[in-house]
Parts: sequence; structure tokens; C-alpha cells
Amino acid sequence: MGNVYKNRHPYMFIAPAVLILAVFSIIPIIVAFIISFTDLDLKGLADWSNIHFIGMQNYSDLISDDLFHKSILNTLFYVVIGVPLVIVCSLGIALMLNYGQSMVFKVFRGVYYMPSITNIIAVAVIWGYLYNPEYGLFNYILSLLHLHEVPWLQDPTVAKLSLILLAVWKGIGINMIIFLAALQGIPKSYYEAAEMDGANRLQILFNITIPLLRYATFFVTITTLIGWLQFFEEPFVMTDGGPLDGTISMALFIYQKGFQYSKFGYAAAGSFILFIIIIAATLIQFKFRKSDTEF
Amino acid sequence: MASNTKNRSIEKTIVTLLLILGGVAVSIPFIWMISSSFKPESEVLQVPPTLMPEHPTLENYLNLFRDMNFGVYLRNTLVIVFFSFVGLLLNAMAGYGFAKFDFKGREKIFYIVLATMMIPAQVTMIPVYLILNEMGLTNTMAGIILPGLAAAFSIFLFRQFMTTIPTDLIEAARLDGAGEFYIFFKLIIPIAKPIFAVQGILTFIGAWNSFLWPLIIANDESLYTLSVGLSLLQGQYANNFALQMAGAAFMVVPIIIIFSFFQKYIVEGFTMSGLK
Repeated sequence: MGNVYKNRHPYMFIAPAVLILAVFSIIPIIVAFIISFTDLDLKGLADWSNIHFIGMQNYSDLISDDLFHKSILNTLFYVVIGVPLVIVCSLGIALMLNYGQSMVFKVFRGVYYMPSITNIIAVAVIWGYLYNPEYGLFNYILSLLHLHEVPWLQDPTVAKLSLILLAVWKGIGINMIIFLAALQGIPKSYYEAAEMDGANRLQILFNITIPLLRYATFFVTITTLIGWLQFFEEPFVMTDGGPLDGTISMALFIYQKGFQYSKFGYAAAGSFILFIIIIAATLIQFKFRKSDTEF
Repeated sequence: MASNTKNRSIEKTIVTLLLILGGVAVSIPFIWMISSSFKPESEVLQVPPTLMPEHPTLENYLNLFRDMNFGVYLRNTLVIVFFSFVGLLLNAMAGYGFAKFDFKGREKIFYIVLATMMIPAQVTMIPVYLILNEMGLTNTMAGIILPGLAAAFSIFLFRQFMTTIPTDLIEAARLDGAGEFYIFFKLIIPIAKPIFAVQGILTFIGAWNSFLWPLIIANDESLYTLSVGLSLLQGQYANNFALQMAGAAFMVVPIIIIFSFFQKYIVEGFTMSGLK
């Protein structure tokens, strides 16, 4: 590229978006870090002289906050069950959808993708109805099968599982599309060569397809893991953390402290702990990943 | 060979059946939503439930607009959708800037942009609220719209696509005396149509569904989006499931229609953007 063009133009192209990102993404992270060492609340918001620097106080309070412990344990519960479930389901469905090219497969691709584009509030409204102990469809179906009704959202542990079921239903779509895109990128010649060599379908699946999906699997695992560590909307709209704080997640804890109790400093400290956990989990993933890269 | 093809067709039948079975299971919430939204209030609480409405009615949908201000929520949501498309254009410009210009600090700025993707929303939520509060933009449409205008992931996807456009093409246009912005709007945008299609759909879905940020920033009901309005409905009319289902259907069905027209671009777009 000629020197003539190394002038103001590139900056004019990137400036609007970069400025907005700077103001609403980069500066906020610095601000969050600073206020996590203060007692900023509604009083401080009205008058800055009410803000005091309190050092590590927020962090040490969090360490002894039972609700915060509970939110960490719940988040782990969500991650440990939810992440593998989403990955296995979306990979399985993508493999099946990749099996044929006829209309049926195209239509069902849409069907499986639908939940992921569905508004979370609409999801909450619909699933709240399905889970309703008296009028809900799920307990009605169970009663038809002469099974006990399930306290979908009324028991702390069952409620966590109910939220996971809902989140898996909603989370399959986008990951399935990524797997599908990756599957379509595998050259046909690999399969032809394997068939010539007399490999059976299962051998092809485990020796060609799944290894070649390594990058997609890695990408999906990272994004899913980060997403589930920030698990928020489902408990927020379905249970508001209840029953007995059984579904409160770290992200919901931060939201409640920040926006319902206006303890901005305390919430900011909580958000940094979440941030550190996310970074640690991501780095561990990268470490486990084999050093070979595909692009 | 004959048994092989026979096995294959059995296998295909099984896969198809499994897909249909799973698909029906996945669609139950949607089927339930649509069917309940046409039921009168008394019928949704009926046990055993009816699969098809016995006395189909449009009353619930009319109610949303007559009694529930859904018209206002719809207008606000469409305003947000409109501005998110302005944001999309800004992201495209930035993506083009990073892909096709050589300038001081390019790599560094780009990495900083990418780094913003890793920051969880919960970390920035509080400071962004404080910043908007200092700017006097809480409880305004501008406060709802501004933070969402730029998105690192979108810039990243645009950049990936723009790097594949031949530089010669741009050079040729420059030799013909075209200005940089003329080149961008008349040459680049038409070439980048596929990536605009994908991101356009994703942007529409995101803006249409926007919930948490409007909830935080807007205090006046006149600024509520459809999602916020629907969550209000869920609180106020907790037992009128028919009305709630109509509200949900009103939010979900447009997205599904738009998506079914464009779904092939989404898959192609992901294949194209190198996420394989």
C-alpha cells in the first residue's frame, strides 16, 4: 500500500467504533477496578465526597459472604453439567443434520436453531408455564404416564437442573451451526479415501470427522464455558435466584448487589473475581489444547 | 455392495426419525406457546389441557395493544433495531479500516478491540451505568442505544471478510480518482453483501431481543422495549397465561419468520468467517 494512503483515512474509518468501544468497554474496566476498592453506593453516586477508598475490604467481605459462596457453587454446578451437555447435544445434532441434503434436513436445521434466537423473556414466560406445577404441560404429561409430578422450580436442586434443561435447549442452536459449518468444510476426498480403504462408518466418525472438528470443538468449548460462567438470564427471569438462593449464579449475585441494593463497589469487586475465574478457565483450556493450529 | 446400500438406507431412516423426534421435542415450547395464545383465558388453565384451542380467539393479541401499551414498546424496539444497524455500519467501517489500511498502531488497536470480547458484561455493566449517569443519559433512548453501537466480534468478522477483497480493486478505484468513502460505499459494501447479510440478521435478533440494558437504563414505561414490557406482563398478569403467550408469540414469531428466510446465509456466513 502506497505511502499516500497512510494518512487520516484509516483513522476516520476506525474512529467511531473504536471510540465507542473505548468509552463503553475499555474505560469501564478501569473504572470497575477502581471502584472495587471503594464503598461506592447511591450516596456516592449523588455526591462523590461520600465515596471512600476502603482497600481490600470488599474482597475480604466477599470471601466471608455465604451468599457469594453459594453463587460460586451454583455456577460450578451449572458449568459442570451444562457445558458438556450443550457440546455433546449440539455435536450430535450437527452430525445428524449433516447426514443428508434433502429438504427435511434443511427444515430441521431451522427447527433446532429456533430456540437460540428466541427472546429470553419469551422463553421464561413459555417455560414458566410449561414448568407450572398445576397448569403446566410437563407435569400433565408425567401424570399421563403415572409418574410423580416434579417440583420443577420449587426445589433448590431440581430448579438448578430445570434451568440447565432450559439453557441447553436454548444453547444448542448456535453451537450446532458452528459444528455444521465445520463439518461442511471437511473435504469430501478424505471420506472417499477412507471408504476406499474399507473403513466403516464408526471408524470414519472417530478417526476422521471428530479429529477434524478439533478447532470447532475448541472454539465451542471456550465460548460455551465462558457463557456458562456468566450464567445470568435464566435464573434472573425464571427464579430470581430462588428457591432458598438455590439458583443464584455469580453473575446474578453481582447484578443484585449492584442494581438492586446499589452496592456498586461491592458488586464491582465480585465482578472482578468472576473475571479472574473466567480468565483462569480460558487459560487452562488453552494450555490443554494441543499446540497444533489449523489456521 | 447391495447390503451396504441397504444398510445405508436403514441408517438414513433411523437418523431422519431421530431428527424428527428431537425436533418435535425441541419445538414443544413453541407449539404450546402458539396454541395457548389463541385460547380464551379460561381455557389455558383447563386440566387436562387442550392441544388445539377449542374456541380460538384473537382477543389476547388485541389486548396487548389495547390495554398493554405494546404499540409503544414495539416503536421503542424498532428504534433500537434501527440504530443497531447504524452501529453495524460503524463496525463494517472499522473492519474495513483494520483490513485494508496500513497505519501506525493498527495491530495494537486491533488487539485491544479483540480483548474487549473477553470482558464479562457484569464487569462493565456498573461502570457503564455510572458513565452514562455522569453524561446525564440514564433514562434516555441515547443511553440505551450508545453502548451497543460498537461490538468487537462484529468488527472482527468484518475484518476477516474484508481482508479477502483484492487490494488491486481498491487501488484501481483510487487511480480512477475515487475518494475513500466513495470506494467504501460504492465498491466495498456491494462486495461485502454476504457478511452484511449474516451480521444484519444477528444484529436484528440482538436488538429485537434487547432486554437487560433497557431494563437498567429506562425508568419510564415510555422507553420500555418489548422484552421489558413482556417481563412486566409476566409480573402483573402472572396467571393469565393466554395473554403472556400472545406477548411471547408476538416477540418470537417475527424473528422465526426472518430467520427462516435467511438461515442459509447464517450457516454460509459462519463457514466463510473461518470458524471451522
